[in-house]
Amino acid sequence: MSQAVLETDTAPSQRMDLLRFATAGSVDDGKSTLIGRLLFDTKSLFSDQLEAVEAVSAARGDEYTNLALLTDGLRAEREQGITIDVAYRYFATPRRKFIIADTPGHIQYTRNMVTGASTADLALILVDARKGLVEQSRRHAFLTSLLRVPHLVLCVNKMDLVGWDKAVYDKIADEFTSFAAKLEITDLTIIPVSALNGDNIASRSENSPWYEGPSLLHHLEHVHIASDRNLVDVRFPVQYVIRPQSTTVTDYRGYAGQVASGVLKPGDEVMVLPSGLHSTIAAIDTADGPVAEAFPPMSVTVRLADEIDISRGDMICRPHNAPAVAQDIEAMVCWMDETAPLRVGGKYAIKHTTRTARTVVRGLQYRLDVNTLHRDENAGELQLNEIGRIKLRTTVPLLADEYRRNRTTGGFILIDESTNRTVAAGMIIEAQ
Amino acid sequence: MSQAGHYRVSHLDALEAESIFVMREVMAEFERPVLLFSGGKDSIVMLRLAEKAFAPARIPFPVMHIDTGHNFPEVLEFRDSRVATLGLNLVIASVQEAIDTGLVRELPDGTRNRIQTPVLLNAVEKYRFDALFGGARRDEEKARAKERVFSFRDEFGQWDPKNQRPELWSLYNGRHHPGESIRVFPLSNWTELDVWHYIARERIPLPSIYYAHDREVVERDGMFYAVNEFIRLRDGEVSETRTVRYRTVGDASQTAAVLSDADTVEKVIEEVAATRITERGATRGDDKVSEAAMEDRKREGYF
Ligand SMILES: Nc1nc2c(ncn2[C@@H]2O[C@H](COP(=O)(O)OP(=O)(O)O)[C@@H](O)[C@H]2O)c(=O)[nH]1
Ligand SMILES: [Mg+2]
Repeated sequence: MSQAVLETDTAPSQRMDLLRFATAGSVDDGKSTLIGRLLFDTKSLFSDQLEAVEAVSAARGDEYTNLALLTDGLRAEREQGITIDVAYRYFATPRRKFIIADTPGHIQYTRNMVTGASTADLALILVDARKGLVEQSRRHAFLTSLLRVPHLVLCVNKMDLVGWDKAVYDKIADEFTSFAAKLEITDLTIIPVSALNGDNIASRSENSPWYEGPSLLHHLEHVHIASDRNLVDVRFPVQYVIRPQSTTVTDYRGYAGQVASGVLKPGDEVMVLPSGLHSTIAAIDTADGPVAEAFPPMSVTVRLADEIDISRGDMICRPHNAPAVAQDIEAMVCWMDETAPLRVGGKYAIKHTTRTARTVVRGLQYRLDVNTLHRDENAGELQLNEIGRIKLRTTVPLLADEYRRNRTTGGFILIDESTNRTVAAGMIIEAQ
Repeated sequence: MSQAGHYRVSHLDALEAESIFVMREVMAEFERPVLLFSGGKDSIVMLRLAEKAFAPARIPFPVMHIDTGHNFPEVLEFRDSRVATLGLNLVIASVQEAIDTGLVRELPDGTRNRIQTPVLLNAVEKYRFDALFGGARRDEEKARAKERVFSFRDEFGQWDPKNQRPELWSLYNGRHHPGESIRVFPLSNWTELDVWHYIARERIPLPSIYYAHDREVVERDGMFYAVNEFIRLRDGEVSETRTVRYRTVGDASQTAAVLSDADTVEKVIEEVAATRITERGATRGDDKVSEAAMEDRKREGYF
């Protein structure tokens, strides 16, 4: 009831929400064509962009307008005809704004897919109907589950080239479904499409009367993402302390940050870590005035009833629901540095929520073959794009949750202290 | 109504929250941030986000204008009044001064977009800024689509697109050695339409040239340039008075207006939603030079 009133009262822009998705597929599966289609069908392509692409395509002697040139924005990418880096694309429908992280599919770009997936609500994997599932499709599904992307869509593309044969689709769908079941992928949708012709992209196609599911765009618009957020565990990493130096505002001390999970309300009893001190939320401020509740992903400023010493890197939580205060961490990591491998004994800076510490690698339990999921327990190091399970010891405690429970308080990066490069992405399995 | 339905967040709220997070992260981790303020709509929105990020305190860093000397008077006026209202410290790095002292040389065609880069880098060195907020958006241009939120620059201010730091979750790596710096783009995930929706929602004032007005213009290569001290009529050209507005504000000698009747923010939103040409394609002579014009300028240290 109240919903209906709300919808007529608010501007269209206020009714839209935001969905981030990452795309993955092997070379030539039609990823760029599919993205081009989505942009085209939602009128998000601009004529000067199209003209520029057409001109370059023609100059190169391409037979068709190569929509890949839209996303392959760097000179090196266009020269080599490949996607090197994550490209971000944007489109919107009246229901949603979409952010696409278009990631290259090849194994040497695993780190790019991990990067794109880290913030994604949904992953879209493409396969070529003629080829069926290939090694890469399995790897993409595995990375989706490793990064805990809540929703997965498999597009079986180029259905036009197999005569829209239901049997071909069924075989791929069955095989993928049983593979996904092993990966704890909770929400899987499989759609037969022709990216080139636009079948089942923006609307259901007559070519697949046997397919009863939604078109891709319909699914993207309606997939339920609101409850993907963790609204149970209150986690508020303190980012910055606001203390105005002014004559008009005196004695103000607010803890600014973005709610990682849970719902905070004035009057709530809270605990601050790592000190363990208790207090009560006096107010939750924003520049537009105080609010009655704060929840993810709001950026707010929390004031407490008591004067306690709190600084950046501390965490506000609830007395009976707190993260671990831990210096010994077990985690899956994806190694991202080409200049040096991860080795046991290696020392790095670790950034976790708003806290930075130093850490040493105490052990490498195994290296995972991302194609076969085989665990190599004799591995001595992790090279670029390799994934493994490691043990870390940190100089100061982290305020950490398991990544499977909380993507914000369970994720971290490692930084090489001499080169300042980001060398690893980590997902916490256990913290104590 | 479900739990989750009650806690719904609009896309503008989500974008705003992300931008505020980015700004606070910079303030917490850097010594000398500065916000690039041109008086254009993106930098105006960025300034509003900075107000929100640190309220009730004042914006805790200065703003800097790289002044090409090719300005629209309405924009300069607007800049000065914003700065005064917010009590900000304004640093002006002047391209004209740099030409006079020999730091840069005027290009034969008189355009100053490209030569502002050394002026910017010189100011960064002089004031030892370590983080520079820019209003660039990834939807603007294809090289920018590959840009990070925290973009590392070496001691020459150069961008190396093939050697960018991976950016995971919201864990930004701002580490750098002395002399190096980070460009920070809080509006990375905003589109032109998002910016306009936000301007409407927040009732953010803009320089008048963003709205339809009558102006004496000359048509060149399908674009409408204002006839003024920077753009003079060439032989055979005739000027005419048309109803126009500006979609972007850059070097006044290179920025074109678009024909438009949109004289309110609501009408601009309608127009932007219906337009089939990107804002840079419609208004920037400088981007049309080559397929990789933007990438090349960014490598040199441009935003
Ligand atoms: N017949 C057919 N061809 C397709 C389809 N989707 C893509 N292609 C073609 O497959 C080739 C590779 O597509 P592209 O989008 O560049 O693949 P990417 O490498 O995954 O980005 C191009 O020649 C496309 O025209 C489809 O649905 N049907
Ligand atoms: Mg491609």
